[in-house]
Amino acid sequence: MSALPDAEKLCAKLAAELKPRVGPNAAMVGIHTGGAWLAERLHAMLALAAPLGFMDIAFYRDDYHAQGLKHDPKRTRIPFDISGRELLLVDDVLYTGRTVRAAMNELFDYGRPASIALVVLADRGGRQLPICAQHCGAQVEVPAGMRLRLKRGVDGKLALALEAERAA
Amino acid sequence: MQRNPQLNANGELQHLLSIEGLPREVLTRILDTAESFAGVTEREVKTVPLLRGKSVFNLFFEPSTRTRTTFEIAAKRLSADVINLNIALSSQTKGESLLDTVANLSAMHADIFVVRHGSSGAPYLIARHVKPHEHVINAGDGRHAHPTQGLLDLFTIRHYRKDFSRLTAAIVGDVLHSRVARSLIHGLTTLGAPEVRVIGPQTLMPAGVESLGVRVFHDMRAGLKDCDVVVMLRLQNERMGGPLLPSAQEFFKHYGLTAEKLALARPDAIVMHPGPMNRGVEIDSTVADGPHSVILPQVTFGIAVRMAVMSMIAGN
Repeated sequence: MSALPDAEKLCAKLAAELKPRVGPNAAMVGIHTGGAWLAERLHAMLALAAPLGFMDIAFYRDDYHAQGLKHDPKRTRIPFDISGRELLLVDDVLYTGRTVRAAMNELFDYGRPASIALVVLADRGGRQLPICAQHCGAQVEVPAGMRLRLKRGVDGKLALALEAERAA
Repeated sequence: MQRNPQLNANGELQHLLSIEGLPREVLTRILDTAESFAGVTEREVKTVPLLRGKSVFNLFFEPSTRTRTTFEIAAKRLSADVINLNIALSSQTKGESLLDTVANLSAMHADIFVVRHGSSGAPYLIARHVKPHEHVINAGDGRHAHPTQGLLDLFTIRHYRKDFSRLTAAIVGDVLHSRVARSLIHGLTTLGAPEVRVIGPQTLMPAGVESLGVRVFHDMRAGLKDCDVVVMLRLQNERMGGPLLPSAQEFFKHYGLTAEKLALARPDAIVMHPGPMNRGVEIDSTVADGPHSVILPQVTFGIAVRMAVMSMIAGN
């Protein structure tokens, strides 16, 4: 198995890439849980004026009828008016695109942003919807039956990890 | 061993019939989920698409405004279709049995039945006979249980008090006839509240209520001392003047909540009431409208709690 990229380095790379691009109207929203960790880091590194938003897309998932509410949804908190904002939507791993679809649907229930750009730490391919990331740390190949997750250590350090996919 | 009829083989909530017998984790999960829905109800767009295409049938065999309306709002905010049936005006009066009514509604493709019934246990009977994909929520059955009211009470307490581990709560009034009291007592003891008190005259206390893990007080002043939470129960007018109670004035004198009696509780105590209130019977207007009252927030939280229950059971 090839080594996974260093999440800390990818995070720094994304921040450097975003820095010249964020305007005064930019705001950031992280998707729970891994995307929220990454967003906390990027938000601090970019010193954005608008407070950081967090969202849990549980109420917008398209597999509710098959899966139900399988985890404790966190509360979505968007502490700024979304209308007219240049939004940076942050997630840890981009895969099928369904989470991003759900997140965009939820965002539009808060208002009409000027734009949304997707920022992800890793893209593992396998898209099922026409969605792509505008800012991506790395392309990562993931073996079948495995899933790629972001972990946060007790020291706050971020790391990518592979684990067996849970049986549906 | 017989399985709890509310839980499926995986221990997940299938129906909500009573708080009694639900494990602490399930109660906590409902409250946590409701916390997320509380965020949704504060937005400009208050609907989420979760129950799109599902049908919620409100089956009220007893009159109710608040509970029926908040169930309806909750279902609509989840994008479900809501059908309200006023059974008092329909087939039941023509002699149709409860199970026949439900079977007919099931043939109309119901997903969730919200049931209020004057007879204790009616929602259990329905839950035993519905199809696997259909779910039943008890919206009050006889004197037995009113679990969503109990849950919204627990949600309100947690909202203002954060945790249950050092809580002293008093439930005051007609405990005997109150399904709200029973549901709340089970919820508070399950979530670890160390001191739950019931206050009221002997004639309005169920026999053996101590076995539920509560302390009984007949003197309201003694019972209110150092309470964090005071839950007033509605004194049903129809019981007034009967063998259990002399008069409304007499009841108010001994068990009505006034500012003077509330001063015996903790300075930051919250006052709750499931509604509808009888001002001047169980609660004085200065308290009902005063700074300790969280009676209207209870109603708002009730929507989020019912959204949580519906979205959890319909997905299991």
